Amino acid sequence: MQDTQKLVERTWDVIVVGGGNAALCAAITAAEKGASVLLLEGAPKPYRGGNSRHTRNFRCMHHGPLSVLTDTYGEDEYFDDLMRVTGGKTDETLARLAITSSEDCLPWMEAHGVRFQPSLSGTLSLSRTNAFFLGGGKALVNAYYNTAEDLGVSITYEAHVTDILIEGGRFVGVTVEGPEAEVTIEARACVIASGGFQADLDWLARAWGPAARNFLIRGTPYNRGVVLKAMLEQGAESVGDPTQCHAVAIDGRAPKFDGGIVTRLDCVPFSIVVNRDAERFYDEGEDVWPKRYAIWGRLVAAQPDQVAYAVIDSKSLDLFMPSVFPPEKADTIEALGDRLGISGDKLAQTVAAFNTACGSGEFKPTELDSLATQGIAPAKTNWARPISDPPFYGYSLRPGVTFTYLGLKVDENARVQKPEGAYENVWAAGETMAGSILGQGYLAGFGMTIGTVFGRIAGREAATHAA
Amino acid sequence: MPLDALQEARRQIEICNACRYCEGYCSVFPAMMRQRAFSDGDLTQLANLCHNCRGCYYACQYTEPHEFALNVPAALAEVRSDSWTAFAWPGSVARLFQRSGVAMALAVILGFAALFWLAQAVRPAVGEGFYAVMSHTMMVAIFMPAFLLPLFAIGVSLRRYWRSVGGRTIQLAHIQRAFGRAARLADLSGGQGQGCNFEEADRYSDARRWMHQLVVYGFLLCFASTCAGTIMHYVFGWEAPYGFWTPPKLLGVPGGVLLAIGCAGLIWLKLQAERSLADGRVWGGEMAFILVLLVTAVTGLVLYAATGTRAVEVLLPLHLGTVLAFFLLAPYSKMVHGFFRLAALVRDAQLAERHST
Repeated sequence: MQDTQKLVERTWDVIVVGGGNAALCAAITAAEKGASVLLLEGAPKPYRGGNSRHTRNFRCMHHGPLSVLTDTYGEDEYFDDLMRVTGGKTDETLARLAITSSEDCLPWMEAHGVRFQPSLSGTLSLSRTNAFFLGGGKALVNAYYNTAEDLGVSITYEAHVTDILIEGGRFVGVTVEGPEAEVTIEARACVIASGGFQADLDWLARAWGPAARNFLIRGTPYNRGVVLKAMLEQGAESVGDPTQCHAVAIDGRAPKFDGGIVTRLDCVPFSIVVNRDAERFYDEGEDVWPKRYAIWGRLVAAQPDQVAYAVIDSKSLDLFMPSVFPPEKADTIEALGDRLGISGDKLAQTVAAFNTACGSGEFKPTELDSLATQGIAPAKTNWARPISDPPFYGYSLRPGVTFTYLGLKVDENARVQKPEGAYENVWAAGETMAGSILGQGYLAGFGMTIGTVFGRIAGREAATHAA
Repeated sequence: MPLDALQEARRQIEICNACRYCEGYCSVFPAMMRQRAFSDGDLTQLANLCHNCRGCYYACQYTEPHEFALNVPAALAEVRSDSWTAFAWPGSVARLFQRSGVAMALAVILGFAALFWLAQAVRPAVGEGFYAVMSHTMMVAIFMPAFLLPLFAIGVSLRRYWRSVGGRTIQLAHIQRAFGRAARLADLSGGQGQGCNFEEADRYSDARRWMHQLVVYGFLLCFASTCAGTIMHYVFGWEAPYGFWTPPKLLGVPGGVLLAIGCAGLIWLKLQAERSLADGRVWGGEMAFILVLLVTAVTGLVLYAATGTRAVEVLLPLHLGTVLAFFLLAPYSKMVHGFFRLAALVRDAQLAERHST
């Protein structure tokens, strides 16, 4: 970070730590209330926006059609959906606050530059519940940065915040890496919106186990949890399971960081999935892929070397979204195994056993067709067609981490908590506090809802406090 | 066509096709999503559908420094200008004028010099207004072939294009859809009318669409003015000069004004825009093309203002020389983009129709 002089020679009303959706919503709201706002984004400008860069929609409660959303999506249905994915691990008060505030957020987002579009093709099942951003999350991030700039928010990139300075329960400033030494920037209020720790592989390995070093990180490399750790070390209360992360199965050839949406692989329901030893380990046809893709991250993580291989034949190649990298291809199963780097002979045995177990019936790729295997374990309970028509194709799968659950505990005003009560002037929003509401699992588009709702609350409260 | 540009475009489009966040910006992405593999012809079609609005670049998670290094507007721009050169007849002329602004300027000077010399050497014995400087017969003798030959060359180019993209028999509905999109420049609207990302980076602006349409409609008015004059001359025996309240002037003067404003606007916008999001090799040629159009418009207006003065002796050859260069270079300059775009939109209408039925 350069030019720290201008940042340290004044006391800001509000410092926002982070530069994604929640941080921007907080900064914009605070600036509109008249506060002087400094936003400290850890990433360089091309990578600004944290994981929001990779998002694409916003889950929104609404009564009747709203903007691009069809029909009605009420509070109870929304809450039930959340209960289903979290298995009840949620703070109901905060969850209902996020849900009921979301309806009001959508017009606010539009008024601050975000453009929505009808549900993307292939995601029509979400057209009632999720409003898609035109161009995706980076377009949203760009719009918010422009709005924030127009409102006079000072934005600094590559600002590595190393500590949050608290004196007697009161926030006084942050320390930031300067060109030579750390500098202290003072402010009257602080909003922490700097995400989880999933990009710190050492931390991930300590929390999850050494196998986590083989995980790929789907999002930003800049969410290293430095500020989260600083707050927890000085006694802030935590929420969420510190050992857990949300991971899905993605293309094993994806970049270590920031592969984003394109690394998804939708072929699993039409495939058999084997591990390093060319053995199947789970029912690939348990349910439609959108409902099951989240568990496959964990399943692959439990296999040796945290890797698996999905194998299909030419019948199935066009049934799912194209992959970012072309699949391995061979005319025999043996040759495909060799190409994938696993035993071709063993793979041929596994495929032969599977093919023998396939029954007859009508194959219906878009619904549960009950075309199941018989007499093998694990069974494949839908879409079980023999893998028999060359050429054969294979994809490697690895766990791709989306986010971590550990976070800061907040109240309904987004104020960060310590055992003896709330901090007087520290608020948190976005992934860094989402563990309160999303205790496990994930609900598409809900991360952006939490970020927007609590970002706006945090910005409003911080500005009010500083005034 | 050069393979490097096609291969790079293929690499990028295959990444895009696994993401599809940009579906809402323009026609390129819905067209891309109808396919899983991309032949050279498919990429040529996508490239000519792309209007370089740049929405997808600024919305992209995978632009540099990301290792995927996507820059779809530039990748498609290179395939696009390569295709214009490859399909041009003769191709070497296109290679020169697509890229070289200097060559374009020299062509204009040559056009001026040739007409100035003709005006001096073959001065008509009688004649009113412009015809005192150059006879009507002379003008027709020069401009009839200068208009028809380029049209023929463009026809050859389009035929080659149509074959390469696998186009089939055109129906009225395809043309209606294509012209409807072109008339509104829908593919430069950002999908929702907010405009493109040209001169203000990631902020949307509709300025380029406005300026471009001023040029289009200004040009069409000027063309209509010429047609009106031709009809009046041959059908009604009403010869120039024409007063202000006659069809040629009522169409031509506003047309020239619109054309001049639009060209000046496009030049300003092009100077503001990030150059790395287009085909850098043809920047000079593109800029020269807009300048030629601007000079055409301005000299036409000045010529009209100078009616009856001695300046006409220089201004007429200057205007006609520029127009001559503009027409002769049409198949080999940025001017062909309009024809290729329309062809691509017609082809897209065919593909969309097939996909939906």
